[in-house]
Amino acid sequence: MVDFNALIAALWIVPSLAIIAMLAIRRPSWGEFLNLASALVVFGLTLTILVAAPNNAVVSADQYILITPLGAWVLFCVGVVYLLASIYAIGYMRLLPEERPRLHKFYALQAGFALTMLIAPLMNNPGIFWIAIDFTTIVSAFLVGFEREAECIEAAWKYLIVVSAGLALALLGIILFYWGGTFTLGPTYALTWENLRLTAPKVPEALLFFSFLLTLVGFGTKVGLAPMHTWLPDAHSEGPAPASAMLSGALLNIALLGIYRFLSIVDAGGYSLMSHTALLVLGVISLAVAGLFIVRQDGAKRMLAYSSLEHMGVLAMGFGFGGPIAFAGAMYHMINHSLTKSLMFFGAGNMMRAYESKSMSQMRRILRYYPFSGGVWLLGAVAITGAPPFGLFLSEITILRGGILSANPWAVWVMAVLLILIFTAFLNHFRRMIWGPEPEPGKEPTLKLSLWNILPMLLAFVPILVLGLWWPNGLWTFFQHAFAVAP
Amino acid sequence: MLIFHLGPLATSLFSLLAILALVLSFVMLGSHWLKNHVYAFAAESWVIAAISASIGYYGHYPELYIIAALSALFRGSLLPYLVLRLVKRLHINREFTPLLKPSSSMLLGAALVIFSYEVARQLGVSLHLTDNIAVLALTCMFSLKLIGFLMMILRSEAISHILGLLVIENGIFLGSQIIVPGMPALLELVIIFDLVTIVMAFGMLVRFLQSHAGTTSSRGLQKLVG
Repeated sequence: MVDFNALIAALWIVPSLAIIAMLAIRRPSWGEFLNLASALVVFGLTLTILVAAPNNAVVSADQYILITPLGAWVLFCVGVVYLLASIYAIGYMRLLPEERPRLHKFYALQAGFALTMLIAPLMNNPGIFWIAIDFTTIVSAFLVGFEREAECIEAAWKYLIVVSAGLALALLGIILFYWGGTFTLGPTYALTWENLRLTAPKVPEALLFFSFLLTLVGFGTKVGLAPMHTWLPDAHSEGPAPASAMLSGALLNIALLGIYRFLSIVDAGGYSLMSHTALLVLGVISLAVAGLFIVRQDGAKRMLAYSSLEHMGVLAMGFGFGGPIAFAGAMYHMINHSLTKSLMFFGAGNMMRAYESKSMSQMRRILRYYPFSGGVWLLGAVAITGAPPFGLFLSEITILRGGILSANPWAVWVMAVLLILIFTAFLNHFRRMIWGPEPEPGKEPTLKLSLWNILPMLLAFVPILVLGLWWPNGLWTFFQHAFAVAP
Repeated sequence: MLIFHLGPLATSLFSLLAILALVLSFVMLGSHWLKNHVYAFAAESWVIAAISASIGYYGHYPELYIIAALSALFRGSLLPYLVLRLVKRLHINREFTPLLKPSSSMLLGAALVIFSYEVARQLGVSLHLTDNIAVLALTCMFSLKLIGFLMMILRSEAISHILGLLVIENGIFLGSQIIVPGMPALLELVIIFDLVTIVMAFGMLVRFLQSHAGTTSSRGLQKLVG
């Protein structure tokens, strides 16, 4: 038996110590080193927790901590993205010499952001989960506004306002869920996911569904589901690239985990069709909005942000379809998306620095100037649109398969059409960047990318290729298991 | 549960206080001076603290006294102080670009209250709680929520947005005190501190907005679109 309390304590203490040390030493090189060391340890710990992952939900530390297979999986995604982003941050931030005096703050914020994300998925109390999510917002807003340009601050401000307002709705939903439970368990009981599931069958449908809709809209804002997505393209495009990768690859999954847990409460109450359909509809709208905005996008990172919106839509649909197949597809999609989206943001960050522009119309002939990193970026683009032979293809096709068997097969067709639209639009932008016009004279990129800039892209690329060619049997069993036990 | 066995005196006291909080939110809707908003918000927070304390008294929840004291201290004094300081530092005394006149926004607010009542009544019917204080609590909770959103929509000053958010949080607090007074006190404590943190974060960002973006009005924030 693994001592989960010790593992989790270490998981939280290591980044905290790293933050304190970084702020105390105030040296950029120490920041790089401490952040990377903390990310390595965190990755190891999340992997250990995942491997030792409980067959059932484990509750420890006086009911405050909950470890479930799905939770451990989301935690592992955080560990992976944090590690990749920490490696990349070294390369990326060295390209911004003007930020050097404040670099220790950046690394402290990055580790702090990771810390808040390592807390949230483990919370057994929906209220504390909400607070942890709120803290991820506060810390990451400063990460988004780190470069202190007008656009960055604007993005950070919108992010904080929109998400806080959305989360306020979720808090109302949580209180109404609790109220529903008081009719069976009495006025005072422990607020836990399990208790809410236990009491759900006795709660009237109107109250249960109303509470769920509030939490869906609230955490949906944090996931970035359309039409509550307005903050997402700004925040993801204006932050430094490593921060964007963490926002997109790790944070969105956590909010989605929250939605899935609330969904399981409504399922336990026996009213699953309406709530699943509500989630599906948001997923479809997200895909449609993402598709339309990708077609006419010019900012490289904005396009990737809309692609996050697309993938959160796909995940919402995977969970919305329900059933073991779509669920397994959604879990597989999480890790594939985390890896691929990190790769894409790293590539975009490299090109932005090289061409000194955020605009894709300025990034010209990328394969001539950067045959290797540009090539990996292109392969990542093929992967992110869900083309074979990469992991996202397998997970999307599994979600579609699960969808056909679900109560809402109509959504499968909409999803398929929108995915094709996004595929075409996305790769069209890459076509322009590769075969489009030559760079204007004097604007040829001269930047030399270091190993730190390219290594994390490769580290992300190899697993998405492997996961696309081979879906390990152990993972399939794990997903089935995660579906069977309480999330 | 508390809401099922309240005496008439307690019921009317809670109703009075809840309605008072609602009326104070209309004071905010009806004025464009930021200082008035902050004072109305502070008064509303004190009213909510009074609700906490009286529920603690009538429902025998001693921990609610602590919540009441902290609520008065943080929401009723510290937060208004922080926001007022921000108003002074930014040299913005009033909302210059409201979308609607005060009278129209109050009318809209009234419509939202009616809508909230309808939603609360429907929920009450499904729970067999018609004529109960819970319906009133839900009405106030939803109304404050919607009025908070209305303030954020109609006004463009960053400080108005912060205040709108605080009104929303006040609504949640008000409702939760009446319908789930037994909710673990730890959670409410943490939420109070969370609110202070988020307002400080807002404060820092607003100052960055002014110094780096040159505006604190959301209508000036037009760089990122599409």
